[in-house]
Amino acid sequence: MLTPLEEEEIKFVAEHYASLDGAAIEALKIVQRHRGWISDDSLRDVAEALAMTTTELDSVATFYNLIFRQPVGRHVILLCDSVSCWIMGYDNILEILKRRLNIAGFGHTTADGRFTLLPHVCLGACDRAPVMMIDDRLYGELDADKIDAILAQYE
Amino acid sequence: MEKPLTRNMLPGRGPFSLAEYEKAGGYQALRKALTTMSPSEVTETVQQSNLRGRGGAGFYTGRKWSFVPMGEDAPQPKYLVVNADEMEPGTFKDRFLLEGDPHQMIEGIIISAYAIQASVAYIFLRANYDVAYRGLQVALAEAQAKGYLGENILGSGFGLTLLLHESAGRYICGEETALLNALEGKRAIPRSKPPFPPVVGLWGKPTIANNVETLCNVPHIIFHGAEWFRSLSRSADGGTKIYGASGKVRRPGAWELPLGVTIREILEEHAGGMRDGVSFRAVLPGGASTDLLTADHLDVPMDFNAVQEAGSRLGTGTMVVVDDRTCIVGLVHNLIRFFAQESCGWCTPCREGLPWLTDILAAIEKGRGEPGDIEILRQHTHLLGPGNTFCALAPGAVEPLQSALKYFEEDFERHIREQRCPWK
Ligand SMILES: Cc1cc2nc3c(=O)[nH]c(=O)nc-3n(C[C@H](O)[C@H](O)[C@H](O)COP(=O)(O)O)c2cc1C
Ligand code: SF4
Ligand code: FES
Repeated sequence: MLTPLEEEEIKFVAEHYASLDGAAIEALKIVQRHRGWISDDSLRDVAEALAMTTTELDSVATFYNLIFRQPVGRHVILLCDSVSCWIMGYDNILEILKRRLNIAGFGHTTADGRFTLLPHVCLGACDRAPVMMIDDRLYGELDADKIDAILAQYE
Repeated sequence: MEKPLTRNMLPGRGPFSLAEYEKAGGYQALRKALTTMSPSEVTETVQQSNLRGRGGAGFYTGRKWSFVPMGEDAPQPKYLVVNADEMEPGTFKDRFLLEGDPHQMIEGIIISAYAIQASVAYIFLRANYDVAYRGLQVALAEAQAKGYLGENILGSGFGLTLLLHESAGRYICGEETALLNALEGKRAIPRSKPPFPPVVGLWGKPTIANNVETLCNVPHIIFHGAEWFRSLSRSADGGTKIYGASGKVRRPGAWELPLGVTIREILEEHAGGMRDGVSFRAVLPGGASTDLLTADHLDVPMDFNAVQEAGSRLGTGTMVVVDDRTCIVGLVHNLIRFFAQESCGWCTPCREGLPWLTDILAAIEKGRGEPGDIEILRQHTHLLGPGNTFCALAPGAVEPLQSALKYFEEDFERHIREQRCPWK
């Protein structure tokens, strides 16, 4: 079931679109903000609120890179793997992150549930490559020392 | 040198508030347009300014607006959509404008909506631009409170609802018809054209999509006139351009310069030349989907026609610089892998061809390339070329590949001959 707050937020954004199912992406984002990811139950709740079938809504949910259909950690690290960051040595940064977080690579979550590491397309900060985001914050000109200081800020 | 787009961006501080923007002359162009010009006069002025779209395709902006049905019988509502998806690897110019001066873009949106008589506008903002998102929210609330948005703006009778949509992340959303589907809450798959959006667009209504930088130019054109705008440029196309450079240059960044400065001027004077220990080898002049150019092209002016004549595209005007320590095969592999991942999967050549290319390039890079591979790569540059797919993603994807084969075929051959990457 959607919480009253989720319902209210979805109703508010739905006004911005000419059809109810037009709010599908916004609604998924709202529920993901509250619950961290979109479980099958969440998907069904949202579909019901928008008068869509779950299959229809899932076809939308799975199309977009940042709708998570699997659980993620408390913080999501998006490491840019596109061209400018590749030139500037993103593969080094990946190795450092894997070691610091003690995980096998992209798509994995730390044992304590603190971080999930994902690859991401160009973050539009190529002048600061290599670049990553943690949740809604951008970090550029990455190197080993910086990464330690950045990771330490997250619980 | 005049820099209208960036004049309000002061180093070390955030964007202008509404009051500061007004004090610097902001919203005067809006007043001029809404109180002294008819919609068709606005379109006419933009047409005379030779403003070309800054989103990559370079279509003439005023001409595009002129396709929108006008008058009493036109379908309602009409829409203006701001393409702020900016996900082309190597591109960060719209971020610069969105974060640096949100009111400039909002003023451009209102004037442009007035020109086509759109009553609703959407800003389609890519995911991950959180600073821009927060800045736009503040600026939109200020503009709303001051009466620049809403009903009967400046007593003109014209009204506009302006909404901010944040994407859930997928490169294909930047293609303008895919963007319309994304705004309708669907999978972002391009639409088959015709009909074109100015006639049948968002929810079937007339819709204009323009890039962020394109719209930021509009207030200046209206305030200073078409002739002034044309005089800013060193080419036949009007205005300045936000150019950028990334890669191993001394000072990566973005700069507003007259349209038509040379690649050399941007790289040497603004980006500070190459870092110590590396030298220039090639450049993607306008983002990931543009053909590589080489040292022979450094004196090419960065305008639409000149870059095209040199065999590439101005694209977004933000350059990715490739140095002599970077492997061209690895570079192309990275680019093609991106396009394969972001393909929407609608047409077979793109859906099947790009993953195949990715596999071949990976094999060559790892030292497992075979003699016939180069021929297969070359065939695909034709199979995925213009005319074979519903949208320009696939033709754009093979541009760096076809130019790499043209200028650096020996690099591919060496990988295959030596069964290793000579750059590792
Ligand atoms: C795959 C693909 C991605 C695109 N991404 C963008 C983008 O992120 N931003 C943009 O302004 N235009 C993008 N375009 C170009 C748009 O389709 C369209 O031409 C542009 O938004 C029109 O605005 P303009 O005339 O002001 O340039 C893309 C095109 C393709 C084929
Ligand atoms: S070219 Fe690729 S991205 Fe474009 S419509 Fe076809 S499959 Fe989709
Ligand atoms: S390529 Fe990494 S931010 Fe653009």
